Amino acid sequence: MDTQLYLDLYYQMVLIRLVEEAAAQLYQQGKIGGFLHLYIGQEAVSTGVISARQPQDRVITAYRDHGVAINVGIPAKLVLAELLGKATGVSKGKGGSMHLADVRRNFWGGHAIVGAHLPIAAGLALGDQYQESNAVTICMFGDGATNIGFFHEALNLSKLWNLPVLWVCENNLYGMGTAVERASAVSEIRQKALGYDMPNSRVDGMDVIAVREAALEVIDNIRGGGGPHLMEIVTYRYRGHSMGDPERYRAAEEVKRWQENDPIGIYRRYLESHSITTAENLDAIDQRVEQEVAEAVRFAEESPEPPPETLFEDIYAE
Amino acid sequence: MARITYREAISKALWEEMERDPSVFILGEEVGVWGGTYAVTKGFYDHFGPKRVMDTPIAEATIVGAAIGAALTGLRPVAELMTINFAFAAMDHIVNQAAKLRYMFGGQMTLPLVIRTVSGGGRQLGATHSQTPDAIFAHFPGLKVVAPGTPEDAKGLLKAAIRSNDPILFIEHATLYQTRGEVPDEDYVIPIGKSKIQRQGRDVTLVTYSKMLELSMKAADLLSKEGIEVEIVDLRSLRPLDMEPVIQSFKKTNRAVIVEEGWRSYGVGSEVAARIYEEAFDYVDAPIKRIAQKETPLPYNRTLEQMALPQVEDIVRAVKEVL
Ligand SMILES: Cc1ncc(C[n+]2csc(CCOP(=O)(O)OP(=O)(O)O)c2C)c(N)n1
Ligand SMILES: [Mg+2]
Repeated sequence: MDTQLYLDLYYQMVLIRLVEEAAAQLYQQGKIGGFLHLYIGQEAVSTGVISARQPQDRVITAYRDHGVAINVGIPAKLVLAELLGKATGVSKGKGGSMHLADVRRNFWGGHAIVGAHLPIAAGLALGDQYQESNAVTICMFGDGATNIGFFHEALNLSKLWNLPVLWVCENNLYGMGTAVERASAVSEIRQKALGYDMPNSRVDGMDVIAVREAALEVIDNIRGGGGPHLMEIVTYRYRGHSMGDPERYRAAEEVKRWQENDPIGIYRRYLESHSITTAENLDAIDQRVEQEVAEAVRFAEESPEPPPETLFEDIYAE
Repeated sequence: MARITYREAISKALWEEMERDPSVFILGEEVGVWGGTYAVTKGFYDHFGPKRVMDTPIAEATIVGAAIGAALTGLRPVAELMTINFAFAAMDHIVNQAAKLRYMFGGQMTLPLVIRTVSGGGRQLGATHSQTPDAIFAHFPGLKVVAPGTPEDAKGLLKAAIRSNDPILFIEHATLYQTRGEVPDEDYVIPIGKSKIQRQGRDVTLVTYSKMLELSMKAADLLSKEGIEVEIVDLRSLRPLDMEPVIQSFKKTNRAVIVEEGWRSYGVGSEVAARIYEEAFDYVDAPIKRIAQKETPLPYNRTLEQMALPQVEDIVRAVKEVL
């Protein structure tokens, strides 16, 4: 791996972190409405997975989608503009935080009905298989989503038809306030693949390099016709489920313990201890990101509202 | 009488019924440890324990399906679907199972089942999380659909629903939880399937329910200042639909406006207007007007979303148009 790529992964993780912090602030100022699900703590998951894809590979995820949006290359300003409901936002202000998408970047959206996008992911993969493309679909979802029927139907179908799809479960230990072991008969989510005779793995989601390497290997195998794979990536969300979560279901101690395991901090130490780069270089990246996010916020705030007539646009193609 | 919120009224109804009858229990997502997404069941888990306040996995079809099964054994489950948008994931169990089992098996089965859920837009939650599809559920014989607009009705109707032996979809409104109103202190139930005159007037009949009752009341206040007195009929239940007070009022005013939050096409307004034309055609002095949501999925942007939702001014304008 060349140094530039190492640094780029760092840049992406810091960018996600600062975009999320800016979003939290904008929400507190009343400029973002609705739900806001922050990705803070989980940055290494989408950064590692998405870094392993090729441009033809499709990505689809749930409503906790800001990280993926940044990783697929949507400029931060277009993400923030969408969060503010502006005409310049990726979804023209109609989607909001939960519904970012950029089809040109092969990002097929954040989806807010838990589990509903898994059958759609199977269909994306079916489309590629049908058209004999070598693309792989990467479908990300939470631990909570593995308890709904959609998950099981989609996994079964994908195995039955040998669809080129990577199922990525972001196990952050909670679905809203319900701990995995209170909602799932098996707390090791990977085991759910066994019933479908599907290859599976469990990866440390706080280690971006581990995630990337695992994803590279598996995606390669799927691309070669190996069929679907369920990858469970263990991680943790540092903030509430969405803004305003009273967090009665977990101890502050537990959050603190995980924060000591910060994916950005871990990666920083890795880069320095392996002499890949210096602290000064990393600080320079931090500063560049700070500036980029400040400019993105300004862009989003100064962007125009969608014109009234857009209310009736895009209901149908014809 | 005490002045309490819609949330407190629903919460009290649940609490009192659980105290009264050990066969009543709650199951749903985040109803226990979290205390309910809308804080309706706050404190229930600690008081009644995990046997009677069951946190479920995210599995709407099985929440409703398991509630149906438990009801068949004689229990009185109150299943909670976090919002009505997620009821679509449980659609088969609501409309194909709950609504049909009794009839299909010749009356052998009884389903004392309540499904509590929440409708309503206006909070910038985007297209999949902001719907008011109440009318869809009212389409199915075998299911009752109740949707209260005041704290008093919410409490009395929920108690009636829990004591009822039929499957009932009980639709609350996301932006009514803070609304306050007078609620009797004593134990009371309000019979399901009775519309109510919420305001008397002589000029125009306004037919509405749930959140739109609040907007209609505001419109009525504004109109009253101009000397126009509207009579407001609150349906409270979409199935059974009690047209009696609507027809009576219409025979007096000869004009009607129907206000609902959901989409106009195939909606509550369509049904009520058709019934007025069928049952009181000779009394019609002006075309009946329907106020409803614009025919588009709801956008996230606040301004666009408000454009799509019915507003007090729309009601005022419609009333003046039928006069
Ligand atoms: C079908 C459906 N049911 C319920 C919800 C409400 N809801 C939104 S997120 C969520 C928890 C999901 O947890 P998980 O899949 O672990 O994702 P995380 O939030 O941890 O990223 C719930 C219950 C929903 N959006 N869709
Ligand atoms: Mg989770």
